[in-house]
Amino acid sequence: MLIMPKGPYLYLATFLLVSFSTLSAKESNSKDSKQTGELKSEIKAYILHHLEDSHDFNLLSYKDKATNKKVHIGIPLPVILWDDGLKVFSSSQLKHGKKVVQLGENHYKLYHGKIYKTDAQGTITYNNHHHPTNIKPIDFSITKNVISILFTSLLMFVLFRGLAQSYKKNGLIAKGVGRFFEPIVLYVRDEIAIPNIGEKHHRRFMGYLLTLFFFVWFLNLLGLTPLGINVTGNIAITFCLALITFVITTLVGKKYYWKHIFWMPGVPWPMKIILAPIELLGLIIKPFSLMIRLYANISAGHIVLMSLIALIFIFKNWIGSSLSFVLAFSISIIEILVALLQAYIFTVLSALYFGFAVEEHNENEDH
Amino acid sequence: MEKLINEFSFGLFFWQLFIFIGLVLLLRKFAWKPILDAVNERETSIKDAMNSAEEAKKEIASIQEDNQKVLKEARAEREALLKEARINGADIVAQAKAEAKAEADKIIAQAQESIQNEKRTALNELKNQVAQISLDIAEKVIDSELDSKEKQSKLVNQLISDASL
Repeated sequence: MLIMPKGPYLYLATFLLVSFSTLSAKESNSKDSKQTGELKSEIKAYILHHLEDSHDFNLLSYKDKATNKKVHIGIPLPVILWDDGLKVFSSSQLKHGKKVVQLGENHYKLYHGKIYKTDAQGTITYNNHHHPTNIKPIDFSITKNVISILFTSLLMFVLFRGLAQSYKKNGLIAKGVGRFFEPIVLYVRDEIAIPNIGEKHHRRFMGYLLTLFFFVWFLNLLGLTPLGINVTGNIAITFCLALITFVITTLVGKKYYWKHIFWMPGVPWPMKIILAPIELLGLIIKPFSLMIRLYANISAGHIVLMSLIALIFIFKNWIGSSLSFVLAFSISIIEILVALLQAYIFTVLSALYFGFAVEEHNENEDH
Repeated sequence: MEKLINEFSFGLFFWQLFIFIGLVLLLRKFAWKPILDAVNERETSIKDAMNSAEEAKKEIASIQEDNQKVLKEARAEREALLKEARINGADIVAQAKAEAKAEADKIIAQAQESIQNEKRTALNELKNQVAQISLDIAEKVIDSELDSKEKQSKLVNQLISDASL
């Protein structure tokens, strides 16, 4: 239900994955089908793993044929834990969950992307739902996503600072790479901020809206690179962005905005009482939908794209694999569009909510 | 939903909040404000330039109108001057004519008077001469004719018949 916006995508992907793979399974013998089954579960794990954040920046993983062990090539990142004091160590010590890290008297182990406090042997205890019951220290690690956010922030700062400075140097005419972004900045101002917020108030929201738009857009695009980054498809990120929009909306809300929520003008009083809780619920639903929309769209996009790419390896024949390639290629192009579209939608809706909050009306005016 | 909550990482949320708010504040100060200010300034200057161009156009139009007006006035003045000159000229001519006529009249009058005088003098002289000649003739006639009585009476008769009373 939560991934409704991209529901058709998911169904399509599952359908393709299932139908094509059964097709290929029928053609091959039993030994092959067993292999294909293994491959499929491996792919599924890989995709799910990719969607999640990671404690190290993994660039490449392969199975060493000689030792039959998985080899990971990547950059280790710092792990920062809060467990009665700050604990810092390199993620390379975790060995992708194969090793228990000892810090003083405490032992930590990576299990399914999360760090748990264990005993010296690294025992994980489970509850009925097969969830680990070990203590989870608060994890402030500089993960792959944090690195991506930092990289994007730095890129944006350099890019837009350069644009700002080029105006000073060139007599109000943009120069350099920033020049490409000037029309987009103006688009955000003229087509997103002003129509939704109004000429009078839009200026004080421009800083947030512009940063939001480019931040989401750049991270969406970064997610399409082969680096395997999935930042905007992470619920913590979209929650944070939606929360900021919600907090700003609530803080700037004027009398008219609150009146519309608690005591809707222009309707009979029994309706006012009914409308108040609905409006109050709407207050939460609006940012919640922002959070889910971005998360679901980007996640679904990644799942579909990776599934289609994986199909190439499942088919292992000329027709199926090339068909999968064509599909993956077209979906990639659509995803580039979706990257921009989702950034646009998030920004437009944020601007719209700010517009509601700062709206002013004459008392005499009809509603 | 449970999966979402399970997936939620507080650490990532913390870093995202921290970095994003920092980014908004930094970009606002160092990028968005200068960019939007520069763009606004540029838009204002373009608007101003267009306005001043419009004004200059209007000014030129008004100058042209003024020129036209001045030209028209000059033409009218010229016309008026020409008209006046024409009237003046006619006056002068008329006056000159009148003066000449008066002079001529005067000269003619003088001439007539002098002719009259001459005539009168000439007549008087002639009269005198005629009288003298008459007297001479009469003397001679009387001398020659009136030697006979008959002739005398005849003359007297003739004179009497001539002098019709």
